[in-house]
Amino acid sequence: MSRMGAKNMISHSFRIAWKDLLEVFRNRMGLVLLILMPIFMMVMVGYIYPSDNSLSNVTVALVNEDVGYGGYTNASSTLIAILENANNSTDLMTLTTASSFDEVREMIQRGDVDAGIIISSDFTSSIMNGQQGTITLVTDQSNLQMSSMLQAVLQEVFDQLGTGLAQQNVQSLGVDPSNSLAVVQPYNVQTEGAIEGDFSYFDFVAPGIIAMTVMMSVMTGLPVAISEERESGTLDGMMVAPISRLSVILGKTLAQIGRGLLQGLIIIVIAVSFFGVTIHGSILLVFALLLLCVFSFVGLGIVLTSFTKDQETATMLMTTIMFPMMFLSGVFFPIEQMPWFMQTLSNVLPLTYVTGALRKVMVLGADISMITTELAILIGFGTVMIAIAVPVFKRAMTS
Amino acid sequence: MENDVMIELKNLTKKFNDFTAVDHISFDVKKSEVFGLLGPNGAGKTTIIRMLSTLTRPTEGTATIGGYDIVKQDNKVRQLIGLVSEKMIMYDRLTAKENLRFFGKLYNIPKNTLNERIGELLELVQLTKWKDSKVGTFSTGMRQRMNVVRALLNMPKVLFLDEPTLGLDPQSTVEVREFIKKINKENKTTIILTTHMMNEADRLCDRIGIIDNGQITALDTSTNLKKLVSGDDATVLKLEIPNLTKKMVTKMESLDCVKSVAQENASHIKIHATGDKAFDAIIDAVRAENAKINSIEKLQPTLEDVFLHITGREVRDKADTKIPVKHGPGHRGFRQRRRVR
Repeated sequence: MSRMGAKNMISHSFRIAWKDLLEVFRNRMGLVLLILMPIFMMVMVGYIYPSDNSLSNVTVALVNEDVGYGGYTNASSTLIAILENANNSTDLMTLTTASSFDEVREMIQRGDVDAGIIISSDFTSSIMNGQQGTITLVTDQSNLQMSSMLQAVLQEVFDQLGTGLAQQNVQSLGVDPSNSLAVVQPYNVQTEGAIEGDFSYFDFVAPGIIAMTVMMSVMTGLPVAISEERESGTLDGMMVAPISRLSVILGKTLAQIGRGLLQGLIIIVIAVSFFGVTIHGSILLVFALLLLCVFSFVGLGIVLTSFTKDQETATMLMTTIMFPMMFLSGVFFPIEQMPWFMQTLSNVLPLTYVTGALRKVMVLGADISMITTELAILIGFGTVMIAIAVPVFKRAMTS
Repeated sequence: MENDVMIELKNLTKKFNDFTAVDHISFDVKKSEVFGLLGPNGAGKTTIIRMLSTLTRPTEGTATIGGYDIVKQDNKVRQLIGLVSEKMIMYDRLTAKENLRFFGKLYNIPKNTLNERIGELLELVQLTKWKDSKVGTFSTGMRQRMNVVRALLNMPKVLFLDEPTLGLDPQSTVEVREFIKKINKENKTTIILTTHMMNEADRLCDRIGIIDNGQITALDTSTNLKKLVSGDDATVLKLEIPNLTKKMVTKMESLDCVKSVAQENASHIKIHATGDKAFDAIIDAVRAENAKINSIEKLQPTLEDVFLHITGREVRDKADTKIPVKHGPGHRGFRQRRRVR
């Protein structure tokens, strides 16, 4: 191609991109959705996905079967007092009382309570006699996620209570009170993140949503935009003009990139200002990664465009491809949580690497040297796809 | 003579899988001629236009426009042509001016020249007042005028018009037709237009090619085509008889000079007859039956008649029956695919 031809091609592509963006900005409803969609996504996954501190208002039925020991019931009453204290001071749970295990089971079946705590009849007597006091936790198996979380939380509460009791006991054996904790619990386990500061699920999910939105705009936006023009007949208007066939696809792609990056920017702004997400790495690197994301998906988008003849097929094809990508690329759920074959599948999806790299940069503050593997894979994938896409598209355009 | 040819088709063929949409078509179109492609829906008109305007590649055969090959020198061809397709080539969300500017820029027209030309073209179709309104708000007639004007941005030597008056009201139809004539006259633009309307081809075209099943079945001036149907001594009469009876019709059909009698409604009949004495013979026969004649009209044969004569079918019959009979339910899909390529 001559230099003049190349210059014309670039200038025509910018014309087409500008026209496309003008259309996007003239479409008010579309513009609103463009901004609303990522907000919905953030809010939805951010609030629905359960986390420890998001557990609240769990209704728990308490059954005290303790008959006491020699007129004393102090072990169980202390326990209940502490539970009630926790009940009043936090909104973690709402305590109600029940009379027996059977009643608790019935209450769970009816959906009146989420779980039950049963203090055994020999609770005080066991403790007074140097035995372990038994507390039974009744859980709702139909809601596994919540019951396991509740179990963890209550386990912690009981552990603390147990530790306090053990401390008292060892003190009575003549251990120095200041050493009593070390005697009972020799290990002090502390958790600290690699990065300082509070970390929420939003921090985990925001990079994924940004990567996904940018990918969607290139992969679904492009075929839909081209098949729309094809169906309305306007594509003929461009094809009948003496312009390079490539400038059509280039222009359309530029418009989609502009749209995708704008949407990515909107999510970042929303995530930072409303959801408390902190970007620990360089913001420039974040944008460079988004551009790379566009680059690696553009080829695939063009190939798919060449094979789809109408809008309906384009949309359907996109949904089919997008859905597994969304769930398998670690956008919403950690990849490590999946079975091995899913993990293998996940490892061949380019979105996995975009999400991974973006997360490293945004959450862990990684610099460019720490994400070279991801960069190499994305550049490789993008180059191969574009090399396939150009001849395929040229052929599809002049059949 | 050689220099007079603007468009030349040689065995131009387009196949879609095993269906031949255009079957070895050859013809020439002269400079500044208005050439009509006439045929029922699905005859292959649009495919011919799409091949000539470089949007679809022929399966076989070649064509040249202004001496340039439509496949090998497609970008040269594109400089010369303008296309008004059946679908509007306009972006609804852009204004009239923005639309024209966008398409104009694709032809590398310098900014000042382009702005001037856009002004002139909008003035020409009386849309100057609406230049900053979005095309989506335009009426069908206004949109079609825009559609035609868009094709003129690069001052094409050849203009393709695919069903330019389809779906327009009578007033807009007349406007668009007048406009086509004007372009042809003032700019000496060579025009190829397709239509399924006989009177349109008759009114606009210097020569007409009749297309059926992807083949040219007849090609001539409208006058000569009509002569195919009828010799010079042929007469077509339209009579209005309020008290028309079956018996009168049978009586007229039995006359030697009468070729056919078609009853159009309760009181109107159309008679094809030959010979100089036909007129008298028919009137006498009608009179003998005590018929009251309200009016007599001597008709010219229409292209409708020509089509009927050549293909043995009426245009409408064909359009309605061909699709399901020949291709079954798959045909719809085929057409769709052909459009989008």
